[in-house]
Amino acid sequence: MAEIDKLPRKKADRGPVTSRIDVTDGALIPNRGNSLVFNSWRVTFILSIVLLVLLIFISPAPFRDIFYITVKGVPVTFQVTVFAILGSLVLGLFCGLGQVSRSRLLNTLAGVYVELIRGIPLLVQLIFIYYALGRFFQIEGLIAAIIALSICYGAYMGEIFRAGIQAVPKGQMEAAIALGMSRGQALRKVILPQTMKIILPAIGNEFIAMLKDSSLVSVIALRDILRRGREYISRTFLSLETMLMVALIYLVITLLLSRIVALMEERMKNE
Amino acid sequence: MSDYRIRIENVSKFFGHSIQAVKNASLKVKKGEVVLIIGPSGSGKSTLLRSVNRLEVATEGKIWIDDDEVTSSSIDIRKIREEAGMVFQSFNLFPHLRVIDNITLAPRTVKNLSKEGANEQARKLLKKVGLEDKEQAYPGQLSGGQQQRVAIARALAMEPKVMLFDEPTSALDPEMIKEVLDVMLDLAREGMTMLVVSHEMGFARAAADKVVFMDGGEIIEVGAPDELFSNPKEERTRKFLTHIL
Ligand SMILES: Nc1ncnc2c1ncn2[C@@H]1O[C@H](COP(=O)(O)OP(=O)(O)OP(=O)(O)O)[C@@H](O)[C@H]1O
Ligand SMILES: [Mg+2]
Repeated sequence: MAEIDKLPRKKADRGPVTSRIDVTDGALIPNRGNSLVFNSWRVTFILSIVLLVLLIFISPAPFRDIFYITVKGVPVTFQVTVFAILGSLVLGLFCGLGQVSRSRLLNTLAGVYVELIRGIPLLVQLIFIYYALGRFFQIEGLIAAIIALSICYGAYMGEIFRAGIQAVPKGQMEAAIALGMSRGQALRKVILPQTMKIILPAIGNEFIAMLKDSSLVSVIALRDILRRGREYISRTFLSLETMLMVALIYLVITLLLSRIVALMEERMKNE
Repeated sequence: MSDYRIRIENVSKFFGHSIQAVKNASLKVKKGEVVLIIGPSGSGKSTLLRSVNRLEVATEGKIWIDDDEVTSSSIDIRKIREEAGMVFQSFNLFPHLRVIDNITLAPRTVKNLSKEGANEQARKLLKKVGLEDKEQAYPGQLSGGQQQRVAIARALAMEPKVMLFDEPTSALDPEMIKEVLDVMLDLAREGMTMLVVSHEMGFARAAADKVVFMDGGEIIEVGAPDELFSNPKEERTRKFLTHIL
């Protein structure tokens, strides 16, 4: 009989366990310990706020108009991001479990999903999924965007879960099954709670990356920050001014969020 | 029923094709006996011990706990593992759970004990290992010796018939070794059947009924502690003992 209760070996062809957790495309995380990043975060944040305020007050026409119109897209952007992160967490959990599973079939399924998603540009995926969904279902743009982003980010989330699960020492699973627990019980009660703690900062990072990438879904009928800006441009032809405002809004949000993630990391370290 | 609590018969374990960690080992442990396994690093002590609760699957041979054949593929291995508590060199406490929840997790999930019942039992066990004031602590807040005592309490909470120890004191600072050995001595005196990989000679003399010397995956010699330590029959045993005594 095949060995049942052994943790699967780490796959040799994947990088070191934490690579995906350390290297992110979200944003630099301004921890106080890292003075260089913290300092540049502060400078950028102050500069962008000052520029935003100056533009709006010194040159209200057209900047105040542009600001009011585009900022209305912020709730949409957040809505899409929050729901898509939740969706990608669910997909990512299954994908990560599939990758560390002892079943060859699940390994392969999860692996193919990750390879597919990683190999296709995000924008192409989003549009493809949008049209594919539209062909078979009657759904509105918002839902389509959330599903599309969930599927795309689910693969990256899966990699994060896989790394997080493998970062829990092997002795934890052994101790749990030596007590008579099933592998499933051990995963739920022992491994995954520790995994969540390990990957929380990485999830925060994915949130930031997703918030930025959600601008891609403005090509799908969805009135987010970028879409509103482009609509404004088509009415007024103020392209440079509008895009400047759009960029500033994204920047301020991203900088704020990255500081929140940093605070979260610091608190967890102190625990 | 068999007279023996643990029977290991002609067990071999291969890792891959070339590494043979255990070679044709046989060993019998009576109810209430304490058996110590010694031997150089890589001699297969852990592998043999871990075969008893099937953390390693023996490639050849058979192992029984009472009348249950551990090595049979049709046995419910989880039942066997409930009956065989294990203590690891690196403690392996669950760091995200408080001491009391470390102890109650398995009784509650595996045996469906109520929270109150499990807590009550856990407090008794904590008292037994001298840590009744630590039930709300997290493992990270405890010393190594304290963590290992919690790990013993955690294993005892499943009310096992057999306790397996894999070098329980070798990750500990010298001043903490005694507190763990004392708990193990108490267990031995209460009649627990114990299979212990350890080089603690003091513990061997005080508690062990038999000492097993392994080398190169083989069981070379088995004897009473005093006899084996002072008057080993095999040359390899003698050589090893001069290293550690
Ligand atoms: N999972 C494994 N895969 C491959 N080889 C292994 C594995 N586990 C153990 N071995 C090998 O089997 C042999 C016996 O190992 P084992 O851990 O049982 O020895 P040990 O007597 O417990 O040693 P130590 O005193 O160092 O703990 C060693 O050669 C070891 O390298
Ligand atoms: Mg060992």
